[in-house]
Amino acid sequence: MMDPAVVIDVARLRKTFGPVTAIEDLSFTVHAGEIFGLLGPNGAGKSTTLRILITVLPPSAGTATVLGHDVVTEADTVRSLIGYVPQERAVDRFLTGREHLELLGGLYHLSRTETQARIAELLKLVDLEEHADRVAKTYSGGMKRKLDIACGLLPNPKIVFLDEPTLGLDVQSRLRIWDYIRRLREQGITIVMTTNYLEEADQLCDRLAIIDGGTIRVIGSPLELKTGLGGDSLALTIKDHETEKLPRLRDGVMALPLVRDVRINPTGLDVLVESPEKSLPAVIEVAQRLDCSLDGIEYHRPRLDDVFVAHTGHGLRGGTPDAAEE
Amino acid sequence: MTFQHYKQEVLALTMRWVRRLSREKFSMLFTLVQPMLFWLIFFGSLFQRAANIQILDAPNYMSFLAGGVVVMTVLNNGLAGGVDLLFDKENGFLERMMSTPIHRSSVILSRYLFVMAITGMQILVILSIAFVFGVRLETGLPGIAVILAIGMLFGVGLTAISMGIAFSVKSHGDFFSLLGFLSLPMIFLSSALVPLSAMPGWMQVVAMVNPMTWVIDAVRPLIITGWDAAIPQVALAFLILAIFDAVCLYGGAKAFRRAIG
Ligand SMILES: Nc1ncnc2c1ncn2[C@@H]1O[C@H](COP(=O)(O)OP(=O)(O)OP(=O)(O)O)[C@@H](O)[C@H]1O
Ligand SMILES: [Mg+2]
Repeated sequence: MMDPAVVIDVARLRKTFGPVTAIEDLSFTVHAGEIFGLLGPNGAGKSTTLRILITVLPPSAGTATVLGHDVVTEADTVRSLIGYVPQERAVDRFLTGREHLELLGGLYHLSRTETQARIAELLKLVDLEEHADRVAKTYSGGMKRKLDIACGLLPNPKIVFLDEPTLGLDVQSRLRIWDYIRRLREQGITIVMTTNYLEEADQLCDRLAIIDGGTIRVIGSPLELKTGLGGDSLALTIKDHETEKLPRLRDGVMALPLVRDVRINPTGLDVLVESPEKSLPAVIEVAQRLDCSLDGIEYHRPRLDDVFVAHTGHGLRGGTPDAAEE
Repeated sequence: MTFQHYKQEVLALTMRWVRRLSREKFSMLFTLVQPMLFWLIFFGSLFQRAANIQILDAPNYMSFLAGGVVVMTVLNNGLAGGVDLLFDKENGFLERMMSTPIHRSSVILSRYLFVMAITGMQILVILSIAFVFGVRLETGLPGIAVILAIGMLFGVGLTAISMGIAFSVKSHGDFFSLLGFLSLPMIFLSSALVPLSAMPGWMQVVAMVNPMTWVIDAVRPLIITGWDAAIPQVALAFLILAIFDAVCLYGGAKAFRRAIG
């Protein structure tokens, strides 16, 4: 059998819609109890991947298993084990929040008492108790999103799939939803989510896959991805009239033990270092010894943006024509 | 998948349609009243004098028209029955339902049950109004039961067509265009408003292959003639509807499977 810690196994997955290739050749695994993120720009194939995993879309090629069950041949079993929160606010304007949850209780074959208990619990979790008996067309966007999340959690799933859980929400609602998601992880629920917010991926995900143009560019924890870029760096700026001293300064800095690489730029040096705390004093000392007057030193820790650019060749925004919204 | 589960799903989904309707009281009233007001009363009064009673083979035009209006109501409701699922498809609600462990057919069955419950009520309203205008049902209460049964059976195929279209079209604009394109000819090229004998030859031929005609020709004698004339027509209608439903269900299921996977 497979590694027990693997709850989702995707192998060489591909999906085409006529001439459009939505996902090219995806392979990844998701581990039990983690928050796994798919990060990518609009049209990258995130929702398509999720739809295949929740069994509503058949793959064109490749396989995927959820908790050991194939999403095509054992779709019904998979459906009974997962919860899904779609990207669109998929609510029925004419039903109240409570009625949405009651409907889903019936669709997941929960008993009446079980459904009522779950509903009470979830309304509390997402702070919708007061609004539970109003029809959804009177809800704000954030309230609809919370209802969506409650709907996804109703069956008490082992794995929850969240498609862009905070798209279009204000900062406070976003933080609150991050909080719910972390609480779910504490309860041992595995979370698979998509996002095109770097910050969200960075803060929330235990591991993430950067996906672009239907292929995975890199997978790892946010920290691994960032250190994979070469770790921290120092940017030295030297006084204008002393730029001719740069080659000598470079050689001096390069000789230091904690320095990995040094590059000259028009105003100074970019220094890749292992540990900024230890290398910083040494670098300053070399500069003084070589009689270079420094204008400033900036310390730079790579952000997920840098990771994204390094692996896709473009920024998250502006990579696709429809990325202008925001 | 047990029968218990299936029943639970269908019930929950049907409740959703009922709740939605109860939120739209105005629309409910309008839906119930519209066919009899527009077709039965307006048309019935408008053509009363123009119609030739000899050709109609009925005591008056209203009693001739009643059977046609009953079947038209089934037609319109059946053909429009898929539209809510189309909206569900467009806004993602269908996908949410499809991600749950339900039997794929329960969404469709719930919609059929709901639409046909409404249609049944409308048929009763139409027959009551006709009664007020002096139309006496020759076959009495058992006749009403047979009319309802024919209507429900016709509704199966129509709802299947409607859902087939809903799952195939790109947008609801297309859906409504196609609906208009289908429903008016089906009404006018049938015996709903005039008997076949009063139609030009080519129209008679078209009307003969229109299932509407056969259904109306079974309902009408139940209202205006009596059991002797009705029974052979009703038997024929059941046979034709069995074929019609089988074809529509096959096509509808194909469209559904293509859209849902
Ligand atoms: N049903 C469909 N028919 C045709 N093309 C589709 C369909 N669904 C998705 N696509 C195409 O597949 C590609 C990937 O779409 P997908 O929705 O998976 O992107 P995404 O990463 O979720 O983007 P977003 O951030 O905008 O939600 C896009 O080019 C899209 O146009
Ligand atoms: Mg998406």
